[in-house]
Amino acid sequence: MYVAVKGGEKAIDNAHALMRTQRRGDTAIAELSVDQIRQQLPLAVDRVMNEGSVYDPELAALALKQASGDAVEAIFLLRAYRTTLPRFGYSEPLDTEQMQIERRISGTFKDLPGGQILGSTYDYTHRLLDFSLLAAGEAEVAPEEANALSEALAAGNSCPRVLELLNREGLIEQSRESGQDDQVPRDLTREPVNYPAERAVRLQNLIRGDEGFLLSLSYASMRGYGDSHPFSGEMRTGRVSVELVPEELGFPIEVGEVLLTESEMVNQFHGSKDLPPQFTRGYGIAFGRAERKAMSVALVERALRAEELGEEVLYPTQDQEFVLSHTDCVSANGFVSHLKLPHYVDFQSELEMIRRLRKEQGARTESTTQKEADA
Amino acid sequence: MSVEQQQETPETCARQHWMGVLAKSSVAALQQRWQALSLEPEYQFIRKPETGLAMLRGRVGGSGQPFNMGEMTLTRCAVRLASGTLGVSYVSGRNSQHAVTAALADALLQERSTQSLLQRELIEPLQDELEAERQQRAAQANSTRVDFFTLVRGED
Repeated sequence: MYVAVKGGEKAIDNAHALMRTQRRGDTAIAELSVDQIRQQLPLAVDRVMNEGSVYDPELAALALKQASGDAVEAIFLLRAYRTTLPRFGYSEPLDTEQMQIERRISGTFKDLPGGQILGSTYDYTHRLLDFSLLAAGEAEVAPEEANALSEALAAGNSCPRVLELLNREGLIEQSRESGQDDQVPRDLTREPVNYPAERAVRLQNLIRGDEGFLLSLSYASMRGYGDSHPFSGEMRTGRVSVELVPEELGFPIEVGEVLLTESEMVNQFHGSKDLPPQFTRGYGIAFGRAERKAMSVALVERALRAEELGEEVLYPTQDQEFVLSHTDCVSANGFVSHLKLPHYVDFQSELEMIRRLRKEQGARTESTTQKEADA
Repeated sequence: MSVEQQQETPETCARQHWMGVLAKSSVAALQQRWQALSLEPEYQFIRKPETGLAMLRGRVGGSGQPFNMGEMTLTRCAVRLASGTLGVSYVSGRNSQHAVTAALADALLQERSTQSLLQRELIEPLQDELEAERQQRAAQANSTRVDFFTLVRGED
């Protein structure tokens, strides 16, 4: 129970003023602009967009600046802002096969049609601090090999999915039943999750879920708390065109492009009474360059399919209610943070109770000792 | 936006193309070329520029059933020229100017008198710029193309 407290307005104003001063830091050092954050801390921006669940790099950069770089606070700001905007509608399903690939790697096939493209990556770096960044150095320019352009890349042909290779042999499950029509997915920003949740809702929940939580759940499931140690079938990053059908036009138009990272995991499946042994899939996707997030989503997404595939649900990562109701960092932060609010009356009553119990216990002990002495 | 899609006519295809170019171009590039044209058409707003959200949908596994991925910001606008022609725009982001210019250009591109001028001076150069950026990204990606070799271990 919370009891309204009065007073403190002046102190709160001053505390906020102090926060703004600390956020600005030493005024002898140039102020960071939102554009600089957007350009030079893009991975932080991507995380805020993902968990804030709004693709808008400028807003995410602004939120990071306002939150002094605290990702969870910035995500909260973005979520709050989105509630002030009207919803114009839904996009057409994005066609990630038509992605302009900037990175594409597979842990299962070394010779992919279309090739492996490392793109920009921290993989293979030695994780040694680069002290040249301490001194203001010249920006390094990425090499270009205009002459060696792959025809597929240059012509903008679609880049087929690696897992389709296994599909030809029928060794992997299809991503949809043949001849099945599109179903309208439930939208958890409009209606709450009902359990058991369908795959589309689970995926929506995971994509806006806390990266750290999902990463740890994935780690646990790979270590043995959930039978999930898959292969990374394919991971790709690149731009995808966004199309929607405005009511007044009645035909689809492109409204822009988004940068996405997509991960497909291949898991072993020993088969059930209805299904032959085959590979199954876990799917993850995220805004921006967010591989850790996309992979974690794919791992947890697959673990949560345990029930529909007839696997035994033994571990927290396979438990829908446990996972889906605790992914959201805004909710989690809110509930933990609320402990900072005044609980004065609550605490007073518990204090009273402990005193009373101790007094009663003391009285009981006294009367027992008395009885023993009498005996 | 779950309306029946109209039949695709050549006019619709052309309009889809220029609307896509107008939406995907940067505001700076669009404004620069638009202002250089010094067109000052008479128009009124049917819908003043308005920013909102569109829910992006993906497909499970890339090709399966649709799911809701997350939202993006979007700005839309609609104008009517003195001739009665309607121009519409939907552009990603929150820039009102982008939406107004794109709607005006959409209207003028439907007018016989201005269509070829705008195609030549606005849409084609913007399309070229988009393509150049695409080529540059492709070249950068291609410089990181890799061949992995599996090493044979000395087991024989």
